[in-house]
Amino acid sequence: MKLWLAKQRYLIDFTLASLARRKTRNLGLLFVYTVLVFMLASVTLYTHALRQEAARVLAASPEVIVQRMVAGRHDLIPPGYMEKIGRIRGVQKMEGRLWGYYYDAVTKANYTFMVPAENPPAAGEIIVGPALERSRGLAKNNGISFRSYSGKLHTFIVADVLPQASELVSADLVLMSEQNFRAFFDYPAGHYTDIALSVANPQEVRNVAVKLAAALPDARPILRDEVLRTYASIYDWREGIVLALLSAAILAFGILAWEKASGLSAEEKREIGILKAIGWETGDVIKMKFWEGLLISLTAFLAGFVAAYVHVFHFAASLFEPVLKGWAVLYPRFQLTPHIDGLQVATLFFFTVVPYAAAVLVPIWKAAITDPDSVMRG
Amino acid sequence: MIELSGIRKAFNQGRDNEYWALDGIDLSIEANKVTALRGPSGSGKTTLLTIIGCLARPTEGRVRLEGEDISGLPERFLTEIRRKRFGFIFQQFNLIKGLSALDNIILPAYPTGRPRRELLDRAEELLAGLKLAHRRNAKVEWLSGGEQQRVAICRALINDPELVIADEPTANLDTHLAGEFMGILESLAGQGRTILLTSHDPLVVESDVVQRVIDMRDGKLICHE
Repeated sequence: MKLWLAKQRYLIDFTLASLARRKTRNLGLLFVYTVLVFMLASVTLYTHALRQEAARVLAASPEVIVQRMVAGRHDLIPPGYMEKIGRIRGVQKMEGRLWGYYYDAVTKANYTFMVPAENPPAAGEIIVGPALERSRGLAKNNGISFRSYSGKLHTFIVADVLPQASELVSADLVLMSEQNFRAFFDYPAGHYTDIALSVANPQEVRNVAVKLAAALPDARPILRDEVLRTYASIYDWREGIVLALLSAAILAFGILAWEKASGLSAEEKREIGILKAIGWETGDVIKMKFWEGLLISLTAFLAGFVAAYVHVFHFAASLFEPVLKGWAVLYPRFQLTPHIDGLQVATLFFFTVVPYAAAVLVPIWKAAITDPDSVMRG
Repeated sequence: MIELSGIRKAFNQGRDNEYWALDGIDLSIEANKVTALRGPSGSGKTTLLTIIGCLARPTEGRVRLEGEDISGLPERFLTEIRRKRFGFIFQQFNLIKGLSALDNIILPAYPTGRPRRELLDRAEELLAGLKLAHRRNAKVEWLSGGEQQRVAICRALINDPELVIADEPTANLDTHLAGEFMGILESLAGQGRTILLTSHDPLVVESDVVQRVIDMRDGKLICHE
């Protein structure tokens, strides 16, 4: 065992010396490799953290949301609907919600106007999301005017700004009183945008949804789990786009690695011949080259992963933010909770380190099994 | 020490350009003697040296090392024999560029796993013996031809082999350096090592150090002195 360890130490020593001898080439390779791992790790860490964040924020949302459909489109909930739902067993609490979209020509962005269920702002006051606070330069007690779809100008006072922590889903929010909301959008009295239901027993959520569909055939129940799944698939889709773009980089790296791996330089082949002639076994040569590949790929993996971690969790993934977050034009700005998933790291490791180490070994093995007498013919 | 019987070696066997580099060699190399293989280019000297040094296998025939047939041994065993019993001095020196003289010298001992301190002490001793201690940390590409050859000799001796094989050792040296090499050869012979070399340099083959000269031509032995 001691002898084996001593041999491995010698092999690693020689490998490090070899890497240092071809400094420029190996540093170039290491750089490209690290950038690739950095990009892949950034995308996966970021989307994973976003999904976690969305799940965390949405955990407090209602179990079921009921929308009314007319000709396959979302329509207002008319009066009398709530009474019908109230008779369904299992529904613990129910509230009509008022919300809508408003296009602000100044920032060229859509805001979500909403009446909060609890502690709504006083008449003439609004509470805004952090992105709005930034884009319109608002602060507490500032006044702001919005022209409604009917053409009338409505002026509000900013009573508060929503906390940063919830920015992922509240970036573009404008909270106002029911009275202001109905006046702004000319919303008919007794009508609601949708209905939020609380179901006491989580096992009953699906049953309640089935009963709702039977009692109100024109209603569409949306379950919280489905919303979470939609978020997940949106992020998956965005992740897919970035990965598709990155595939060109991955391909380029693949070519580079293959080129390096398959195209052993004449100098490297000569060295392998010398080592074999002076008493190194084929296995020693392969092990030495294996260590070389492993050292490069492991260093690149660790450096790339750490850089991606810092990029995502300390610099808010500034490089990929626009594509991955994509919240209209009001990008949420928030600090993601650092989270590393073991399986994710293992997958990334498997797809970056293993192919390189394997690609390097094949040509080395070919070179290593040749007869060492070639060195005699110099 | 080494006996060869019916050695034949073909290159590109079975193809249009098949070529027999050695054609029926029967030879015995005695221990503790300096033997030289002499012959023109293409006579098969180097090929014979590679077969004796376990760098290649004969196509036909047997090689016996101290009575043991080694011609059919798997590569791993041949490598072990090569590492433990032979030391090589190549015509082009074949040092690894970018490494220091000291690092080059201890390379053949890496697979043995011997303690590094022991290897360095032995390398220092060899360098001092060849008056090259002051160049221990110099990269080999910075060394002169003569110095490179002395590093190559030290490397050949690091595992303390019984037999030293040298291929055209003076081909890249001027007369003065060739003379120095013969001096080193003499001291190696004085240590009781068996030395086998190829050369067509009169300075080598006509030297008193060389006890036996074997002439070759067209893959065959011409005379057996």
